[in-house]
Amino acid sequence: MTSHTNGHPQDFEVRVLRQDAPGAKTYWERHRVPYERDMNVISVLQRIAAQAKSADGRQVAPVAWDCNCLEEVCGACTMLVNGRTRQACTALVDKLLEDNPSEIELRPMSKFPVVRDLMVDRRRMFRALQKVKAWVPVDGYFDKGPGGRMSQEEQGQAYPLSECMSCGCCLEACPQYTKVELTRRDGETDEDFRRRETATFDSAFVGAHAISQVMLFNSNPTGKMNAGERIDALTAEGGIQVCGNAQNCVAVCPKSIPLTTSIARAGRAATVHSIKKWFDR
Amino acid sequence: MAKPRVLIVGGGLAGLAATMKLAELDIDVDLMSLTPVKRSHSVCAQGGINSVNDQTRQLGDNEGLHLDDTVYGGDFLQHQPPVKEMCDWGPRIIDLMDRLGVPFNRTPEGFRDQRRFGGTLFKRTAFAGATTGQQLLYALDEQVRRWEAAGKVKKYEFWDFLGPVLEDGVCRGAVAQDLVSMEIRAFPADAVVLGTGGCGLIYGRSTMSMVCTGSAVSRAYQAGAKYGNGEFIQVHPTAVPGADKLRLMSESARGEGGRVWVPRKPHDARDPRSIPQNERYYFLEERYPKYGNLVPRDIATREIFDVCVNDGLSVDADRQCVYLDLTHIPRAELDRKLGGILSIYEKFQGVDPRDVPMKIFPAVHYSMGGLWADYERNAQGGLVIGSPKNHVTNVPNLYAIGECDYQYHGANRLGANSLLSCIFTGLVVAPGIETLVKNQKGAVERPASLYESAAKRHREDHENLLRRPGGGENPYLIHQELGDVMTKTATVVRRNDQLRDAYDKVVELMDRASRCSLSDTGNWTNQNVVFTKSLRDMFPIALAILKGALQRDECRGAHYKPDFALGGIDEGEPSERRRLAEAWCDRFEENTAKWLRSTIATHQSDGQPELTYEAVDTSIIPPRPRLYGLVGGELIEQVWKERAAKRAAGASGPGNGQHAAKTATAAKA
Repeated sequence: MTSHTNGHPQDFEVRVLRQDAPGAKTYWERHRVPYERDMNVISVLQRIAAQAKSADGRQVAPVAWDCNCLEEVCGACTMLVNGRTRQACTALVDKLLEDNPSEIELRPMSKFPVVRDLMVDRRRMFRALQKVKAWVPVDGYFDKGPGGRMSQEEQGQAYPLSECMSCGCCLEACPQYTKVELTRRDGETDEDFRRRETATFDSAFVGAHAISQVMLFNSNPTGKMNAGERIDALTAEGGIQVCGNAQNCVAVCPKSIPLTTSIARAGRAATVHSIKKWFDR
Repeated sequence: MAKPRVLIVGGGLAGLAATMKLAELDIDVDLMSLTPVKRSHSVCAQGGINSVNDQTRQLGDNEGLHLDDTVYGGDFLQHQPPVKEMCDWGPRIIDLMDRLGVPFNRTPEGFRDQRRFGGTLFKRTAFAGATTGQQLLYALDEQVRRWEAAGKVKKYEFWDFLGPVLEDGVCRGAVAQDLVSMEIRAFPADAVVLGTGGCGLIYGRSTMSMVCTGSAVSRAYQAGAKYGNGEFIQVHPTAVPGADKLRLMSESARGEGGRVWVPRKPHDARDPRSIPQNERYYFLEERYPKYGNLVPRDIATREIFDVCVNDGLSVDADRQCVYLDLTHIPRAELDRKLGGILSIYEKFQGVDPRDVPMKIFPAVHYSMGGLWADYERNAQGGLVIGSPKNHVTNVPNLYAIGECDYQYHGANRLGANSLLSCIFTGLVVAPGIETLVKNQKGAVERPASLYESAAKRHREDHENLLRRPGGGENPYLIHQELGDVMTKTATVVRRNDQLRDAYDKVVELMDRASRCSLSDTGNWTNQNVVFTKSLRDMFPIALAILKGALQRDECRGAHYKPDFALGGIDEGEPSERRRLAEAWCDRFEENTAKWLRSTIATHQSDGQPELTYEAVDTSIIPPRPRLYGLVGGELIEQVWKERAAKRAAGASGPGNGQHAAKTATAAKA
């Protein structure tokens, strides 16, 4: 920090871990950003883009990052801010400087392949939602009256699970969720590569977010009719058995979704389901 | 013949609803979006979705009254047949979303709960906490994922729509760019549907998400699609200021009993909780006893602006804001019904709004205007379902749905009507497109050269941008300047001298933007060049907004020009007041004859708009003065009704005036 006015620094330093492309070397870059009222990490990155100069005065390309809603409902801007996985939009500069006045450190998530700088490829998360059939399989979209009645208590349980914005914080914090990064082989077609990628995604751990979605749909009045299919998906390779019960997921979830409760319920459902299947043989 | 393929651009509520419905109709869909569709701006909608429901119906409500509230709230500037159809579909749409798993809040008996929103006296609004948009979007996202797994839908996420492919003026697909690899290629399609949302970023900071640049719409507009009612921009009364964004505080806060007030003493520094009731000015409740805090948005916004700017009663001395107070409502109820927005306030402001009144100020929020879109009217005054005319722009085979079309909301949108219009337009466009694609030769049978030359033009433009010499203009700073000009001149209060200056300034900025230098000239995930392109495309729309506002010398909904306001009647003896009310109605009729028209902008080669005006179909509910809280409004209303009755007696056709119209539309309901 240079000098202070009204208890605030005039400017502050931001250190960004950059990577130009997948597979490229990573490097740290320092930026100096003038302090303004009500700043968050998003506005810091906006100022860095507008400056186009690093702290040592070199012309540099803007840092690439992902964001959209800026109010923590879209899940886009997950990154590591001072080492902690979180949404960049709710990372307020005043608070960050209080905790560490010397700098703000930004890194991309480590469990997903880096596309560039702070942008990562989280398609594996959405694939997991497909794998576990995270939807209500309705007959169609013609008018068939309302859905099933639901008590306030049931709604009160479903709603928090349904707030999951697929941000990936729970996966970043999970010891069992490890990075899957594939590169295309020589001569492999785009389609073959995608197929191999999907198969690899499906054999790796689905993660807390997908387990919780299974519990959401398995408690829906219509969704529960297909509960078995989802539990089958959860007990296949890469399923709930991989969970090591570290409980990091629930600690970092920005929406305070009771992920470990979902995991415990899913575990019980999986046991009951497999016993039932065994007797039905 | 090859199987038909439809390209949908935008994966918000409208785009996803259209995608799932087309998939159900066995039509293959390419779904393109700037962002993974689950992260679309629809997630930011908070308060709820409107429709007539079993309870309001028993209190005298019907679809005709929902239509009436919508067109009265919108100051009659919308064609009524699409609005009628939307209101008729409302109850079925809520039922469908319920079946798809949206966790709507429940009553103790397990029915869907409803709350009241602005511009109506009925509790029509179904809601899922205070993240209703997110919950509706997720339900549609899940259905589309199901179709994706079944192979009916192919997603192109992180792709940017660069423009339609036109053959003799007919849309045959689109050109788009992969935001990761920067590859540019054409997508042949039998129909292209834009559901790309609003254009809030033209104003710099707004309540809109970062993808809401309006660039896709602008690219269609520059390719010949017409743009309607650009000047009608909704400024939401209650948002929280921030350095990067103005964060919405939903109207549902007022729907659940939130009260707006300022201390009667300017910049009163006391803890707001310690200020006694008689020293508080609940200005919306005092000025609008009937609707109270739930007047339509344009009115609430103007009053908050007026109290801060003209009365000098802002809570803070160094910035404009008023209190939005929920502290009198039990915490458990707040958590259950408004938890989502309260946590936003808490996270960004560090203050718990359950204990301390929130500080809020208006912010740009929604574009009522958008791409001109057609419809086919049926004999009952609604739409012909399955007509390929529904939602087609003036460019054949190019469709517009959701916030990016100009239908439904007229001069001012009612709260909780946008989620309805987005889902409705997505659902209603699908059977029309089904009719279209079954009756035409497939796009994939067009010559490859058509697509190759279109893609080549965009590749050249891209390369030229990357090659621009250094030392030129900075796109991010130009964007700030544009936002400042637009926010200062084309929001709550509009004056012709300022609009004229703003227009010249924006033309100048447009010229400067063409001389931007890039700080990133690479060809991998280059966000710098993507932003610069979207910035360039903001200007044609910004100019359409400004010119529309400049030429429209009247007040209508969100467009407020004090120099042309029809004031209230607050003095004089009865006969004098009567004379003034008659004169007021005369002026209203003259103004209606002159200005009850949609502004239609056509893009010119210099980037500037040419404006024409289109008559509005008001065949179901005849226009009447919008009198919320106007001084002397009762007398004006009385005079107006007498005139309407006289006209009705003289005419043999359908009735006139509010009540007659309601009966006419209620008949079907």
